[in-house]
Amino acid sequence: MSHQIVGKRQIGEDVFWAEVEAPLIAAARKPGQFIILSIDSDYSERIPLTIAGADPDKGTIELIWQRVGKTTAELAGLNEGDRIANLAGPLGTPTHIGRFGTVVCVGGGIGNAPLLPIAAALKQAGNRVIAILGARDKSRMILEDRFAEVSDELIVCTDDGSHGRKALVTEPLKEVCGRDPKPGHAFVIGPTPMMKFCCEATRPFAVPTQVSLNTIMIDGTGMCGGCRVEVDGKARFVCVDGPEFDGHKVNFDLMIKRLNAYKKLEQQAYEKYRQHECRIGLHG
Amino acid sequence: MDERQRQGGRCPPIPDGNPHVTEQERRQLLQELLQKQADSGLKPKDRLAIPPQEMPQQDPAVRRGNVNEVTLGYTEEEARIEAMRCLQCRNAPCVAGCPVRIRIRDFVGAIAQGDCDQALAIIKENSLLPAVCGRVCPQEVQCQEKCTVGLSLKDVSKAVSIGRLERFVADRGRDSAAAPAVAPATGRKVAIIGSGPGGIVAAADTRRAGHDVTVFEAFHKPGGVMVYGIPEFRLPKAIVQQELQTLKKMGVKIVTNFIVGRTRTIEQLMKQDGFDAVYVGVGAGLPSFMSIEGESLVGVYSANEYLSRANLMKAYDFGKGADTPIARSRRVAVVGGGNVAMDSARTALRLGAEKVYLIYRRTEAEMPARVEEVHHAKEEGVEFHLLQNPKRILGDASGSVTAVECLRYELGEPDSSGRRRPVTIPGSEFQIEVDTVIIAIGNLANPLIRQTTPGLEFDKRGNLVVDEHCRTSMPGVFAGGDIVLGAATVILAMGQGRIAAAAMNEYLAKKRETNDR
Repeated sequence: MSHQIVGKRQIGEDVFWAEVEAPLIAAARKPGQFIILSIDSDYSERIPLTIAGADPDKGTIELIWQRVGKTTAELAGLNEGDRIANLAGPLGTPTHIGRFGTVVCVGGGIGNAPLLPIAAALKQAGNRVIAILGARDKSRMILEDRFAEVSDELIVCTDDGSHGRKALVTEPLKEVCGRDPKPGHAFVIGPTPMMKFCCEATRPFAVPTQVSLNTIMIDGTGMCGGCRVEVDGKARFVCVDGPEFDGHKVNFDLMIKRLNAYKKLEQQAYEKYRQHECRIGLHG
Repeated sequence: MDERQRQGGRCPPIPDGNPHVTEQERRQLLQELLQKQADSGLKPKDRLAIPPQEMPQQDPAVRRGNVNEVTLGYTEEEARIEAMRCLQCRNAPCVAGCPVRIRIRDFVGAIAQGDCDQALAIIKENSLLPAVCGRVCPQEVQCQEKCTVGLSLKDVSKAVSIGRLERFVADRGRDSAAAPAVAPATGRKVAIIGSGPGGIVAAADTRRAGHDVTVFEAFHKPGGVMVYGIPEFRLPKAIVQQELQTLKKMGVKIVTNFIVGRTRTIEQLMKQDGFDAVYVGVGAGLPSFMSIEGESLVGVYSANEYLSRANLMKAYDFGKGADTPIARSRRVAVVGGGNVAMDSARTALRLGAEKVYLIYRRTEAEMPARVEEVHHAKEEGVEFHLLQNPKRILGDASGSVTAVECLRYELGEPDSSGRRRPVTIPGSEFQIEVDTVIIAIGNLANPLIRQTTPGLEFDKRGNLVVDEHCRTSMPGVFAGGDIVLGAATVILAMGQGRIAAAAMNEYLAKKRETNDR
C-alpha cells in the first residue's frame, strides 16, 4: 500500500510542502504527532517527519520538510502523482492541549510546520496565542499567513532582518515572558540549538516550556532506542515517551552530539546523490 | 550442481564439514548401513557406533567477511546417515522436548528410509516454519537434550542432530511446498497483530479454519524478529519471505506500516472494523539499557538498533545502494551473553570491525546463547571477556565513545534463575579501548498496546496476562510470544501462536452458534 502525493510545492529556500494520501493516519493523528516514511522499500532510509496538518475527510496529511540530505532531497524530487512506498503513523504521544490562559508558541525555520497544528489546537481550546516565528532570512520563513489565522499576536523575525524584526527568537520571547501577566506555557519547536536557547530564555521567568525533539529514529515504536535523549538525567525515548518534553530538563548538548552521529556518512551519501543527479541531468 | 553448491549460493569453496571423511567414504558408509539393515537389521549398538554427521559450513576466516549463511545444510547422504543414528525409542523422549510436539521419531525414521516428502509432511502437522526452526531453535536444550543417543554417549552434542535433519527436509521441500488447505469461509474476521513467528502460526491456523485473516505489521516489511533481528548469515531472509508467501497463497492479508495502538486501536479494530477476534503477538520490543554513565554517547547502540540497521535496512550495503548508515567501527564491545549478543558481535565483524569483544558478567556455562552460536562466534574471532561487566562508558569531546570501563566479577551463590550470581570484585576496574558499544542485555515489554488498550490486564513487568489457552482478560483478545513470556524463542512464540489459534477457532465457532440462534 503506497501513498500518492496529491499536491506538492516548494514553500521556501530548500523547504517543501506536500499533501499525501494517508486516510488512516489522517483520521487518527493529533497535534504533536509524526510519521516515519521511506520512499522506496528495500534500501531506503526511514526518516521521521512531523505532520503539519491533516484533512480526515479527504484522507490526506500535510508534510513539510527541509532538503538537508539524500532522502529529503529525493523526497523533494517527487511530484504530484508520485508515490511514497511506506508511511507509518501517527507516532508519538500527542501534545497535551490544556487551558493555560496565554501561551507563547515559538517556531524556528522548519519547526513552524509541527508547531502550526499545536498553535491551532491551543487557540481552539480557548488560549490566547502569541506566536513568534523566526528564520535565517525571508526566503526561509514558512507558514506565516497560516499562523496569522490561529494566533492573537504574531511576531516575525529573521536573523538578517530581511523580514520582520532583525533578531533571534529569544529576544521577543524574553520580552513576552517579562509581560504581566506572563504566559502560562511556552511551546518551542525548531533547530536543537534554538530550542536550547529558548529554554534558557524562559527558565528565569519560570514559564513551563515544552519542546518537540526530532532525533534520529529507526522504527518509531520504542523498539530500537536510537532516539534516546537524556531528560532529567534519565534516558527517555523520543518516539514513545515524546516527542515533547519539558525543555528545562532536556540535555540538549548531548542531543546535538547524537544528532551528528552520522553527519559524515550522511554528507557523503548526499554528495554522491547530487553528483549522480547532475550527471543524469535532473536539475538542468 | 550438487546439493551443497546449490545451498551455498555465491559462497566461495566450502570446506568439508566432516573433514576426515571423503564424499566417497560417506556414500560407502551409507551403502554398508543400508545393506546391513536389509540383511540383519541395525541393532542399537550398531546405530550408536555411526559417527555423528557434522554440518558443512563456510570457513570462519571467509565468512566473517560476508553475510551469507554460515552453515550449509546436510547432503542427502549425510542426512540419511544421521537419521540412521536414531534408535526409534518407543517412548520418543525427544517429542516431549519439543515445544510444538513435532513427531520427531517418525520424521527422522522417514529420512532414514529415504522418504523426505513423508518426513516433511510429518513435521508440517505441527510446525509451519521448519526451515526457520531447523536453523534457530535451541535444540540442545529441547529435543536433543532428551535424545537417548546423546544420553547413551554421555554427550548432548552427540545426540541425533534433529535440527539439522529438520532443516534438511524443509530446504529440500521448499520449492514444492503447497499452501495448506483452507476451510470454507466462516464470515468471521481475525486480526493478527505482529508478523513474527507467533503471528504467522496464529494467522495460518485461523485461516485454515476458514476465517478472514489480516496480519498487521508496524515495520515496512513483515517477519518480525526473523527479519529485523536474526541476521542473514544465520537465517536467510529468502526463507522467511517464502513462509510469508505461503500465508499469502492461503489468502491471508498482510498490512505493513500499521501500528496497532496508533494507526488504529484494538477497540477500533473490534468495534468499528468488524474484527471478531484479535491475536496480540507484538514481541517484547523495548530494549533494556544498563543505566550507566555514558550510555547515550555516540556509538552506543541497543542490539535492536544495531541489528535493525544491519538486517532490515541493509546498512552493510551503505554507499552501495542502501541509505541507512551504521557506525564504521574498528573496535566493538558487545555486552550480554545471549543469542542476540552473538548476532551483534558477528554482525560487527561482518561490517568490518577489527576487534570484537563480548563482555559477559558470568561464565560461558551460564550463557543463554546456543552452544552453536557461541562456537561460531569464537571461530570467527570474537574475543570473550567473561566475568566482566561495564561500569561506565567513556567518550571524547565530540561525544563519541572511546573506551568502556569494566569491573571484574566472581560467581557467588545461585540466584532466582538458578544460575550462580555474579559478584563484583571491588577495585578491579580496567578499561578497554573501543569506538562502539552494543548493549544486548534483553528487552522489556513495549508499552504501546498497554497504553492504548484499557481493559487488558498486564503484570508488573508489563507483560500481557493470559490463561493456558492464551486468552487475555478481554473477550476475543488472545496473546502469545515475547509480550506474554518476556524474551523467549521463535519456537516458543510459535507454540503459543498455535495454542491461541486453537482457542480463537473455538471462540469463533461458539460465537457463531450463539449468533446463528
